Amino acid sequence: MAEQHNQDRRPTVIADDLHIVYRVNGAKSGKGSATAALSRILRRGEERGVRKVHAVRGVSFVAYRGEAIGLIGSNGSGKSTLLRAVAGLLPAEKGKVYTDGQPSLLGVNAALMNDLTGERNVILGGLAMGMSREQIKERYQDIVDFSGINEKGDFITLPMRTYSSGMAARLRFSIAAAKDHDVLMIDEALATGDRKFQQRSEERIRELRKEAGTVFLVSHNNKSIRDTCNRVLWLERGELRMDGPTDEVLKEYEKFTGK
Amino acid sequence: MHDGTVAVTAAASPDAGLTAAELAAKYGLSVSGARPSLVEYVRQLWGRRHFILAFSQAKLTAQYSQAKLGQLWQVATPLLNAAVYFFIFGLILHASRGMSQDVYIPFLVTGVFVFTFTQSSVMSGVRAISGNLGLVRALHFPRASLPISFSLQQLQQLLFSMLVLFAVSIGFGSYPGLSWLLIVPVLVLQFLFNTGLALIVARMGAKTPDLAQLMPFLLRTWMYASGVMFSINNMLAGRPEWIVRVLQVNPVAIYMDLMRFALIDGYGSSHLPPHVWAIALFWAVVFFAGGFVYFWKAEERYGRG
Repeated sequence: MAEQHNQDRRPTVIADDLHIVYRVNGAKSGKGSATAALSRILRRGEERGVRKVHAVRGVSFVAYRGEAIGLIGSNGSGKSTLLRAVAGLLPAEKGKVYTDGQPSLLGVNAALMNDLTGERNVILGGLAMGMSREQIKERYQDIVDFSGINEKGDFITLPMRTYSSGMAARLRFSIAAAKDHDVLMIDEALATGDRKFQQRSEERIRELRKEAGTVFLVSHNNKSIRDTCNRVLWLERGELRMDGPTDEVLKEYEKFTGK
Repeated sequence: MHDGTVAVTAAASPDAGLTAAELAAKYGLSVSGARPSLVEYVRQLWGRRHFILAFSQAKLTAQYSQAKLGQLWQVATPLLNAAVYFFIFGLILHASRGMSQDVYIPFLVTGVFVFTFTQSSVMSGVRAISGNLGLVRALHFPRASLPISFSLQQLQQLLFSMLVLFAVSIGFGSYPGLSWLLIVPVLVLQFLFNTGLALIVARMGAKTPDLAQLMPFLLRTWMYASGVMFSINNMLAGRPEWIVRVLQVNPVAIYMDLMRFALIDGYGSSHLPPHVWAIALFWAVVFFAGGFVYFWKAEERYGRG
């Protein structure tokens, strides 16, 4: 895609030798009995029943305004962790992430409540993302229309627990995509919904990109990466294995996974 | 098969020689996930006030949304609670000692509701971060929004309970008067105290989730020491004065006694310790300010693996 070369290249995200380590309580290998747990607590030291998972190991890259960057790699390669670290939601063990404005993860689902109506969830989700009440009121109809929830009857006034999983996923994406983000990160959201909705969301991602933002997309679907991204980062075992234009990286990746 | 060379994208020439930190400084990028200053933090929190309120109301509504009687449980639950405590302490244990039935029943119900307010704020505070990791790891907002929102939910819950309390008071001959206006400052002070305490335990619970298991025992001990179902004055009559005073300055005991003083006609100021309003204000301010700063100090660490 040639458009990127004409723009003045303004970095929006800089990752500098980033390391992320998870600490998991009570997952120490060995006996899981109560006495074993007690002896671990009594045995003073750095590691008391805590296991470390080194999920991202020294990743560096610079993302520029107007880019759509795909993240690929096999399961457990650290893609989602990297996104969370860029969003500032997981603290770095070593290294730093610099960002322009506040990157947001398309992950509004955590704020939504299944027992509430779709209507109230739109408002709650919008507020959770930091929109004002006026902004939500203004975009409410767009969100509902985009999700297509009401195409099969008045579902928006029903509790979300009555939705099918596809419907709920569509509403979540619609709420999250309603806000203009400087840096938007999407974690496999496109895999949900029917074909029609997938096309609509891909279109929305391209739109968000045009609004001078940077979009990160994690997906196992090479086609949706090819359709939306102009640059791809390939992570393997927490390390950046390749970084370049979509076609080049995907070709190598397909060769790698094909074997 | 390991032919994956790292292809670095050709950077524009003027930025080529810069380190990451210099590049970030040049374009005004800031470190992601750094803790804001206290003033900035308060400003951010104020910007999220609508979310805090909406989240607490949503939690409150969601609580009973599957029940057939629905929101009626908001009032029915405290009513049943009061009935159980009356049955055990009023009828079986005769804990009323020196109080007439007309005073004791509102006394007991007030105590139970006021203590429950603090108790449930602390319990939801402990889990405010550790029980909402999904939210903390997905969205950006000042984390103090969560404990504050949960305290607010408990406050709204208490307002429903107050309806029951008013009915009980009137039923036992304490009619609304000017002193009922004192309920407002008492509630405000107790809410500030609860929120501060919730902020403190939220930070501790985020680091040590085991606290949620321990908390019920601590809270129960606290309840029995606070004079919920007996009057500290009457129970400890004949003991040294300082023991009575020490038990009475316990924050929950203070708020409980003030609420009883405001509501119940037969519960006069002789039951209150000296300087009661000053102490009530002191606890509220110290815990709220202290808890807020204590919670903020770990802001960037919440949600870590």
